[in-house]
Amino acid sequence: MTAPRPALETATMVRAGEESAVDVLEHHLAVIEAGEESIHAFNLVLADSARASARAVDETVAAGGDPGLLAGVPVALKDNLCTRGVPTTCSSRILDGWRPPYDATVVTRLAAAGAVVIGKTNMDEFAMGSSTETSAFGVTRNPHDHSRVPGGSSGGSAASVAAGFAPLALGSDTGGSIRQPAALCGVVGMKPTYGTVSRYGLVAFASSLDQIGPFATSVADAALLFDVIGGHDPLDSTSLHRPTPRVLSVLDEGVDGMTVGVLTEFLEGAAPDVTARVRQAAEALAAAGARIEEVSVPEVALGLSAYYLIAPGEASSNLARYDGVRYGLRVDAEDTVAMNTATRSEGFGDEVKRRIMLGTYVLSAGYMDAYYNQALRVRTRIIEGFDAAYARCDVLLGPTAPTTAFAIGAKVDDPLTMYLSDVCTIPSNLAGHPAISVPFGPGDDGLPIGVQLLGPNLSEGTLFQVAAVVEAAAPELEAPRITAGVTS
Amino acid sequence: MSWQMVIGLEVHCELRTATKLFCACPNMFGDEPNTNVCPNCLGLPGSLPVLNQQAVELAMAIGTALHCEIRPSTFHRKNYFYPDQAKDYQISQYDEPLNVNGYLDLPDGFRVGIERAHMEEDTGKTSHAGTSGRIHGADYSLVDYNRSGVPLVEIVSAPDMRTADQARAYVTELRAILVASGASDGKMEEGSMRVDANVSVRRSVDDPFGTRCEIKNLNSVRSLGRAIEFEAERQITLIESGEQVVQQTRHWDEGAGRTQALRSKEDAYDYRYFLEPDLVPLVPDPEWIRAVGDTLGMMPAERRARLIALLEETGTVTDAQRDQVTTVVDLGLDDLVVEAVAGGVGSGLALARTANEAATDAEAARSLDPKTYVELLMLEASGSLSATQAKAVLAELFAAGGGDPAAIARDKGFEAMSEDSLVATVAQAVVDHPDEWDRYREGDDKLAGFFTGLVMKATRGQANGKAVAAELRRLRG
Amino acid sequence: MTGPARLTRADVAHVAALARLHLSEEELDLFTGQLAQVLDHAADVASLDLAGVEPTAHAMAVTNVLRPDEPAPCLDRDEVLGQAPSVEDHRFRVPRILGEAP
Repeated sequence: MTAPRPALETATMVRAGEESAVDVLEHHLAVIEAGEESIHAFNLVLADSARASARAVDETVAAGGDPGLLAGVPVALKDNLCTRGVPTTCSSRILDGWRPPYDATVVTRLAAAGAVVIGKTNMDEFAMGSSTETSAFGVTRNPHDHSRVPGGSSGGSAASVAAGFAPLALGSDTGGSIRQPAALCGVVGMKPTYGTVSRYGLVAFASSLDQIGPFATSVADAALLFDVIGGHDPLDSTSLHRPTPRVLSVLDEGVDGMTVGVLTEFLEGAAPDVTARVRQAAEALAAAGARIEEVSVPEVALGLSAYYLIAPGEASSNLARYDGVRYGLRVDAEDTVAMNTATRSEGFGDEVKRRIMLGTYVLSAGYMDAYYNQALRVRTRIIEGFDAAYARCDVLLGPTAPTTAFAIGAKVDDPLTMYLSDVCTIPSNLAGHPAISVPFGPGDDGLPIGVQLLGPNLSEGTLFQVAAVVEAAAPELEAPRITAGVTS
Repeated sequence: MSWQMVIGLEVHCELRTATKLFCACPNMFGDEPNTNVCPNCLGLPGSLPVLNQQAVELAMAIGTALHCEIRPSTFHRKNYFYPDQAKDYQISQYDEPLNVNGYLDLPDGFRVGIERAHMEEDTGKTSHAGTSGRIHGADYSLVDYNRSGVPLVEIVSAPDMRTADQARAYVTELRAILVASGASDGKMEEGSMRVDANVSVRRSVDDPFGTRCEIKNLNSVRSLGRAIEFEAERQITLIESGEQVVQQTRHWDEGAGRTQALRSKEDAYDYRYFLEPDLVPLVPDPEWIRAVGDTLGMMPAERRARLIALLEETGTVTDAQRDQVTTVVDLGLDDLVVEAVAGGVGSGLALARTANEAATDAEAARSLDPKTYVELLMLEASGSLSATQAKAVLAELFAAGGGDPAAIARDKGFEAMSEDSLVATVAQAVVDHPDEWDRYREGDDKLAGFFTGLVMKATRGQANGKAVAAELRRLRG
Repeated sequence: MTGPARLTRADVAHVAALARLHLSEEELDLFTGQLAQVLDHAADVASLDLAGVEPTAHAMAVTNVLRPDEPAPCLDRDEVLGQAPSVEDHRFRVPRILGEAP
């Protein structure tokens, strides 16, 4: 087995008894063995439990049963997804070694579909970052160039799929944390409509923005994974009752008659090679029968500022529970307040502390209305701006990230510059809208570029349809070579 | 110049639901520590709240019983660090609470405004290891999260009360309402109802309100009264000596009989309230609100009025009877009185027997078949059983959880005294006490009791008191 | 329309304490500079005239999500306490608590 086989194909073969789940797993474990040391995509590789799961899948098939839509497919999970009895650290020292006593809903659904969880992937600490450099356990390297970041915060998941460690991965996206690393690593990454995938068991960063979503090597595989994990969950009050779109079936329907709007504000800050790829994707869509328009949504320019008020505000509250009392790290002290303080000061990294303090500040007495509530009004404006655009267009098109992957260490000392990486992805989180990043060839430096498709709420079907056409027209991107310790 | 107290009360009421407010853990007092916990009420990473429908119903029932307006409402996070607060924030209601603008009428008719009654989750319980068991001087503390997440309704009164008595009456009546609405078991001793008092003083009704202090740790109605009176005195003394009252939270020390300022780490808490992003707004539709109102039973004030009306049908109601009415309603035994009267028992007897005897074992009385109770009282009313005998049969019915009153009476050898036997015993008592008989015959009615007592003693309680009184009158002529 | 006053070192010290974080003097200086920069950038939001615009707290307008009052199995106490930093008597042990709860 040399080129990565689509997950859809693997599952079909395993279910039919034509391929053994154990063999599939062993292949991927071997790839991990060869390449993980130089990439560090994982906080934890779950070889033993994965083998047990794979065996169970094969036994089900042998007994005439159907293990499910993802039978035997290895899936890597971002380390902020609770896995019962298995360490879930959010790449933070404050949760180092913590084993949740329960599974996230998406993990339960993966198991029910016969997927094989192969490991927990590295991330920016508590999902706060755009490069995976804030991880307490070391950076993940971009498989296409080990001196570069994989993006973040789901850098480990993106890298694991790009490197061939697993055909599928799950990440979380609060301000772009699936889509941006997908673009930087040359894989497909998608953020669903807020509420279509249960957040139960996702360690919260910013509750009104967080969504779990798929990474895959193809649009079809991403669609398959989305279909499995999506759907109402009574354990999540923000989970939608309306039927989650089932997308795998609509992939081949094409774009004839659709209107695609190229979002001018997103192109403004993008590097020339990125802009060129977006234009190329637009031409491909036009050739396939879509009408292309230039669209302006001026409100999105306020997205970055609004996001950096809302997200830290919610995060400061969500992260208060890490106090050394019930689980995780405790640094002892004479009294409880001192213990809380010592624990949190030692257990959290700098970026997390920054955002907690920023969030505490914008929520505090006297500033709430000027900052937090004001940001919520900006959110209304952004939604209105998008609504006006979607009155004319089916989907919007733009870059995912302004540049290709930057060098490790290039932006760590300048938080504000780091935050600017998310300018194209944040508006969708604020609006709750779905969006997908599709690899579209290399940049001038040979590193991957992704183009982004955006749609209104519950338009996943349309998004995937358009994404499939974009993917079919995508220029070749050289796959990373995975051999121990060698930069491709 | 006479100082005036201004009192407002905040009452936290635990709701009688099967499960907690935001998770499906059992809502149970007294279980082994940390056995009724889950990711949500432990504040584990990744957990999410889901609102309990029954808790909302009970909160709406409370709002209805307190004549509140029930509105669309939202939940907010109240952020503060404390070991018993599992998430280090509490999910509560802030500027859009469920129930607003109600009132509670005290038994004497005085109306206390209810500003709001909102929903929130309870904290875990800390126990302090050290000599006193109190938090100060403790070496360390232990936390049990069984209570974490239990549904609460916080009822905030307007600062309308002016005396400690009114405050006590408010809490007593509120407790009765909470029990009658089905929302609470009213067990203050188990902490299912907790009271905090806000107290201030002013020189006259024309002055604006003074600075208030909040008093916590009031475990009984009696403590409430004592604490309010102490606190008012303390504030008056301060002001009269030229000092100012400092706004603060104070703790009532039952043993020392005084309030004390609490040492808190933060001078003023900044709770940074913001809308709870993990929950959606609660908008009860008019049908739901109406259904809750329709299924709400009679409130204590109505129940008392119902009994008073029954008594008034046959005469003036005495103060003693008013007290009996309150007792009977408080204990949930008023339905028994109403059934008895409907069955033909006189209202005075029905009330007295229920307030005095049935009240001694109210729980047994509440589980007794009302028909049995009425049967027993009828035996007494008709003269078949004396009061003493009826009381004995009732005790038996309670112990056995029911039974046949007539059969029990027979087993105990209670027969009505024969007419002849009664006449003879009375006659003997008259003969034995000629001086008293003369005085009675001349109009000293009080001596009827003297002779009745003698007859009772001679017959070991078997005689029917009314029959004895009738015989005495007959003899007198 | 001007926004709120610029973030000061004292502000950062205050919120750090509120958030139970200890900062060294150097960290206080560094973070104040970095956070002030972020807030300066956010001043474009703070200074907007958005009177009359409703804040959106939830992207999707849903109401009345409720669950029936039925108990579900709880966590195994040993599994939970096994993850706790300090346990005594089946309870979570914490060092002395200095203040009363609010």
